[in-house]
Formats: sequence, C-alpha cells, structure tokens
Amino acid sequence: MSHAHSPLESLPRSLHILLVTAFLALAAFPFVGTDYYLQMVTRMMIFAIFAMSLDLLQGVTGLVSLGHAAYFGVAGYALAFLTPAGEPIALWWALPACVAASALLALIIGFLAVRTHGIYFIMVTMAFAQMVFYAFFDNKVLGGSDGLYINFKPEAMLFDLENKSVFYFFTLALMVLVYLFLRRLLWSPFGRALSGIRVNEHRMRALGFGTFSHKLAAFTLAGALAGLAGFLWGAQSGYVNPELMGFHMSAHVIMMIILGGMGNFAGAIVGAFSFEYLLHVFKDLPEIAGFNLGKHWQLWMGLFIVALVILAPRGILGLFDSLFKSKESRHD
Amino acid sequence: MTNVHDLLLRSNKITKRFGGLTAVNEVSVDLRLGEIHAVIGPNGAGKSTLANLLSGDLPATSGHVALNGQDITGWTPEKISRHGLGRSYQKTNIFGSFTVWDNVRLSAQSRSQPLPFNPLAWLKKADHMRDVNERAERAIELAGLQHRKNAIAGAASHGEQRQLEIAMTLATEPKVLLLDEPLAGMGLAEAESMVQLLLRLKPLHAMMLVEHDIDAIFALADQLTVMVNGQVIASGLPATVRADEAVQAAYLGEDH
Amino acid sequence: MDFVNFLIQLLNSIQYGLLLFMLAAGLTLIFGIMGVVNLAHGSFYMLGAYLAWSLAAMTQSFTLAIILGTLLSVLFGLLLEWLLFRHFYKRDHLDQVLLTFGLIYVFEEMRSILWGDDVHGVTIPDLLSASIPLTETLSYPVYRLFMSGVCLLLALGLYLLISKTRLGMKIRAGAFNHEMTEALGVNIKLIHALVFAMGVGLATIAGMVAAPVSSVYPNMGSPVLIMCFVVVVIGGIGSVKGALIASLLVGLVDTFGKVFLPEVSGMLVYVLMAIVLLYKPEGLFKN
Repeated sequence: MSHAHSPLESLPRSLHILLVTAFLALAAFPFVGTDYYLQMVTRMMIFAIFAMSLDLLQGVTGLVSLGHAAYFGVAGYALAFLTPAGEPIALWWALPACVAASALLALIIGFLAVRTHGIYFIMVTMAFAQMVFYAFFDNKVLGGSDGLYINFKPEAMLFDLENKSVFYFFTLALMVLVYLFLRRLLWSPFGRALSGIRVNEHRMRALGFGTFSHKLAAFTLAGALAGLAGFLWGAQSGYVNPELMGFHMSAHVIMMIILGGMGNFAGAIVGAFSFEYLLHVFKDLPEIAGFNLGKHWQLWMGLFIVALVILAPRGILGLFDSLFKSKESRHD
Repeated sequence: MTNVHDLLLRSNKITKRFGGLTAVNEVSVDLRLGEIHAVIGPNGAGKSTLANLLSGDLPATSGHVALNGQDITGWTPEKISRHGLGRSYQKTNIFGSFTVWDNVRLSAQSRSQPLPFNPLAWLKKADHMRDVNERAERAIELAGLQHRKNAIAGAASHGEQRQLEIAMTLATEPKVLLLDEPLAGMGLAEAESMVQLLLRLKPLHAMMLVEHDIDAIFALADQLTVMVNGQVIASGLPATVRADEAVQAAYLGEDH
Repeated sequence: MDFVNFLIQLLNSIQYGLLLFMLAAGLTLIFGIMGVVNLAHGSFYMLGAYLAWSLAAMTQSFTLAIILGTLLSVLFGLLLEWLLFRHFYKRDHLDQVLLTFGLIYVFEEMRSILWGDDVHGVTIPDLLSASIPLTETLSYPVYRLFMSGVCLLLALGLYLLISKTRLGMKIRAGAFNHEMTEALGVNIKLIHALVFAMGVGLATIAGMVAAPVSSVYPNMGSPVLIMCFVVVVIGGIGSVKGALIASLLVGLVDTFGKVFLPEVSGMLVYVLMAIVLLYKPEGLFKN
C-alpha cells in the first residue's frame, strides 16, 4: 500500500560514520550532562526504541498503524501490575514478561487487523488501540484515568537501575542492541520478504509467500519491541496512565519516523530525538505581546506537521540523501 | 516421475460471474507436460480472467481446477504457487524499486522461505542462501538478463521488464506455467528472443499462453483454444481450429 | 426490562445511531469518492457545536444559529478543500493521515484561541424543550426526537440526492472513474468540492444539533471520530447504506450495552467490529 516513500535501506558510508559518532557521543554524555538532561536523553532513547519498532511495521512492511501506542502502554502497565507496592521486581523476568504481554496483545489484535488492507487497516488499528485505551481509562481496577504508580525500578543483580546514569547506559545498550538486531533482520529472508510485501504484496502471494503470516509476525514483533520501550518508560518515570496508549501517542511515533525517514531504523532514532527536541522547543516558546506562544505549542506542532507532509515527505534522512545524491551527480 | 504429455493441470467447467456478467463460462482446458496450450480471443474475451481463476487470484463461481490430480479449487494463490504453478502477468508485476537481481532472488527465495515466526530465520543473511542464489542465477540466465542484474527494475526497458516478469516466475521452479501475454509491447528482435525462450521451456513444463500475436501462436502452440465473450468457441490442434468457420467469423476474420 | 424502558433505550439508540450516521456518511463519501481519509472529521463536529453555542448567544435564536452555522461551515469546507485537500487526493494514505492529524492540532488550537477552553452549555429552544410523558414517572424529551428527525431528514435528502438526481449520478460516476467522468464533460473538480463541502456540512450540523445534549467542550470530536471509524469499517468504505446500517447497529449495541453490561460496555462496539472483521474484512456492504 504505502511505498511512495522509497526508503534508504542501505545506509551510505557517511551515515554510518555519523551514527557511530552519535552513539559514542551518547555514551559520553552522562559524564558531562546534568541530571535533568540525562533524564531527557534517556526518554529520547526510549522513544527511539519505540520509533524503531514502528519503522519495522511501517517503513519496512508498509503497514500504517494508527494504534501502535497500545503495545507501548500495555507493557508499562504490566510492570505496574507486577511491581509490588513495597519492593522492586526482579529485572530478569519482569522485562521479558512485560514484553510478552505487549507481544500477546499485538498477536491478538494483529490477527484481526492484518486481514484488512489499506485504509481499513489504518482505521482498525486505531479503533483497537482506542478500545485498549478506554479499557484502562474507564476501569478503576486497572487504574482508571489517574493511572498507576511504579514505586521501585526493577532490580538487576549486577547493577543498580535506581542510579540515573546506570539506567541511562542500560537504555543506551538496549537501543543499540535493538538497532543492530533490526538491521540484521532487514537483510534476513524474513526482512526481505517484508520489503517485498511493502512493494508488491500481490506478487509476493503469487510467488508463494504466506503474506498474512509474515505481516502478522511483523506486527507481533513490532508490538513486542514497542513493549520493550514501554517497559523502560514505566521503569524510568515510575508512573503510567492511559495517555501512553492514546491516539496522540500513536500519532507522535508515526511523526517521529516520518521526520527522520522510514525504512532503515537510523531514521527512526534521528526522528525520535528530533521530534522530542522540537516538542521541547515549541513548549518553551516565550510570550510575545501578551500571546503565550508556548501554551499553544500544538498549533506550531500542527503547522510543522502540515509543512513536513507538503515539503519533506522523506524526512530528515531523505533530505540528507538528496543532498548527497545531487553532490555526487555534480561530480560525474 | 512425470512424463511428456502427462496431464498436469485441468480445469473442469470453470465459471466466473460478476453479478450479471459471466466473464468465463464453463471453460475446460488441459495443460500437458511438454505442450504449449495457447488461449486466444478478442479483448474482453475472458482470457486473463481464466488465468486468474487457474492461479487462484480470483475465486471461481463454479467448476473445478485440478493440479497434478489434486483439486485446487478455492486455494489461495500462494498455496497454488507452492504446489508448482507459476504465473506471469499481462501488466508487468515486478518490484519496481528493487534491482533485477533482487527481483529474481526474492522470487527464488520463496521456495526456501523459513516460517516467519522462526527467530533463527531473523538472523540469517538472505544473500548467503546458496540454493536461492543458484535458483535465481538459473532463472536470470534462462531469461537472458545476466548483463542487467544491477539495473533498477522500474528503470529497465519494457522488453527487459517483460523478460524479468518471466524470470521471476521461473525462479520459483514451477512445473505449470501460465503466461499472460509475454510478448506484449515487444519489438521484433525482443519478441523473437522471447519465442526462443518459450520453445526452450516447453519440454520441461506444461504451459498455457494467453496471447494476441497470432503468428507467434501458430509458431508455438500445440493446442489452441479460442474464447469469445467468456465462452470457448473452438479448441484443439491449431490447424484444425484455424480452419473452423466459427473461429474465422468471430476472430481470425477481424483485424488483430 | 419493561416496555417503556425498552422504548426509551430504543429511541436513544436510534438517536445516537442517526447522529453517528451524519458523520459517517460524510467520511465514507469523501473516502469513497475522493479516496482521502480525514482524521480531522471530528473537528468539524466540534466546530459545529462551538458555532451553535456562540451564534446562539449572539443572535439569541437557535434556528438562526443553525442556518448561519451551516453556511459558515460549508464555506469553510470549500475553502479547506480548495486550499489543501484537493492536492492530497492522489497522495499516499500515510500523507493524508499525517496532514489531517496536523490539522486536528491546528483546529484544536484555533478553537482554543477563538473560543477558549471552558465547557459550555447550549439551551434547548423553548419550542423543543417539552417532554412527552410515557408513564407517570417517565417521559421522553422532545428535543431528542427532534435530533433524530433532523438526522433522518438529512439522511433521506442524501439518499434522494445520490440515487435520484443527475448530480447524484455524476457523483457516483466520479467514484468509479475520474478520467472517464471528466471526459464526458462533468466538472469533476466541482463534484469533489461539493462532496467535501457536503461531508463537512453534515458533520457540523450533527455537532450543532447535538450541542444542547452533549455540551460544548474541548476535544469533543475525538470520541465521536473513533465511533465514526468503527461505523465505516463495519459498514464498508464508500457505502452510505452500510454507514446507515452500521450506525444504527453501533447505536443499539452501545446503548443497550451500557444498560445490560455496564462494566464492559465501552468494549462491546469493538467486539462487534472484531466479529465483522473475522467474516467480512471489507465491511458488510463493500461496494
């Protein structure tokens, strides 16, 4: 369905170098940054994992989901339910359990949603995510609109996650691992099949590929990885509420991968960082002539999104790529 | 062990109705190993619809299709493909943004595709699958595209895209081939290559050819079926069919 | 459940269903004919409600408010179509999703700037403020019947327009094949503008008419939009008949669900959608 945006599947060398530099810079950051910025960058890295999970579904497989936040939020809530009020839960089984919860939800919803195509798929994923949202929002037992607290970060035997720097490095490590895993997956037979489905699903079926099961597997895996991000979010912030599964969160993560560029996972990281940074910029706008610009950040965000769609459909990496392509062609 | 002239695909009174319109009306065709069975007819005769019914792209309203003696009526296209039927399309149906090589490689990969929920398969390298690469090389060679492997498929010439169309089908190593207008839009030289390719394929496959090019048909076909308005009006040896009055009146008499 | 209570719930179901239909019909037409998905459709519903409130306050007449409001919103719809939407008919669904999501933000903020963030009520006009007594203790508000009546009338009008008039024929033709319809001399751009304006108009009227009952508050378009999507999925994209049947179905399931199974009532509609999807992934009346 959606293959108008041709993704940068193979990253040019220049981008590789940039990425490695960025990862090194991130690793060095805790030694220079304040606690406030440490938390902010940790959040950005969590969103980067969330964005990469959607990139697998949307950028690679071509499935536009408007309800991906459901799997993000559910894992956070799973951590909230598992963590007792008075003590932490062990990381080694809490993490896989929460991720599994998201994966299971994604499997169930995916089974129903993946049989639809095009605009139906968009609407159905949105509808099911809203169902999950209302399930939590309307029920006091599940925390209701107030949400739930996670009083202790999960306990890892070898390191202390309550230490902000340690949590930062833990998140960074997971982000890099997820990135490397997904890059590997992109060039596996599974990943190649997903790309084929994005470009021409009809032909894939005619060639003998089971496209339904492939799409379902992609949907489930994407949900699981979103759950990993959600788990980290819950652990870091100590608080979950239904907005984590809401429509706005689903739309935000789409915007992240559009902003950065879809289909190669590096764009998802770039997009997550850029989007969060942009959000901060808009929210911190000053008051001019009695008009509080920052209060109306949604307006600037909205206009920015509209401008993005009209002017830069392939995102930041797309612009970067076009810049390099035009440079190369001038040298010929 | 299949022998030449073995019956590989049979459709029995296959019918497709769209509301009030009967696009294909009780058509029965036999495809035998080592034979080319051509299906011709004017535009709108239902030839492509027939191909779609046989490949599973369209569900039949009534009638049956059997592949290697097995009833495949109602099967999905992917299941039919995995059981040895390959289909090429009239409207070029390739992966435009991939290279020619990637197109054929992916097609060949279908025969070695691990189950999607198998995590071990997520870490394998697709380019390192030897049997897939060999299958793809063979298909590329057959179709004569060795020198164009790195071309972006969408940017290739029309003739090359038609060759790619066939190569992709061949990469799945089917025994039965349904080819929908493989010569469409080709220049004289390209068409001649394609005819040679089809003759090379004949001994090893049971082939159905949907075509407009009458001269090519008479050069290639062992069996000929003529369809008009969804109905078969003549079927049999090309020479016999050519002489048939109804065929002359309805089809051969017109300009093609 | 006795008969009178059943009747009340049935009337409520129909009223809610018909209101949803106003929105779903516009959404499904705009998608079916122009192929564009509009996430900001709920914003028009909100626009209608706010227009009803401010215009009624200004003119002191509910009727005048509705007439003026409809005019203003149709003009707004035409402007939006000409400025933005018509350039997105041929683009990816993803681009349309993004564009219209951005618009939701913009519309919410414009609403905040123009009308503020408070919750408002709209008083029911005296003429319609009575209640029809059903038993000694129970009565049914006339206004709700009025709402159903308006929606039913508009639904009928839509049906007659689409199936009995030449304009409707041109609209239906445009859904099949733009180029061919254009070649036959039909001004397809005008048709698209009209369909879009109609969709906007229906959504806004729904908001205006619902305002006295639902109140006027920020972000009121979101829950309605979701229900709208569920209706279109169940009914089948492009099918107005499907939208009507699905709307009524959703109205019934939701209303009676709240009565009989209040704990899970929020989920019932989605369960209905899931069941439909299992057997008909393209909706009940995919055309």
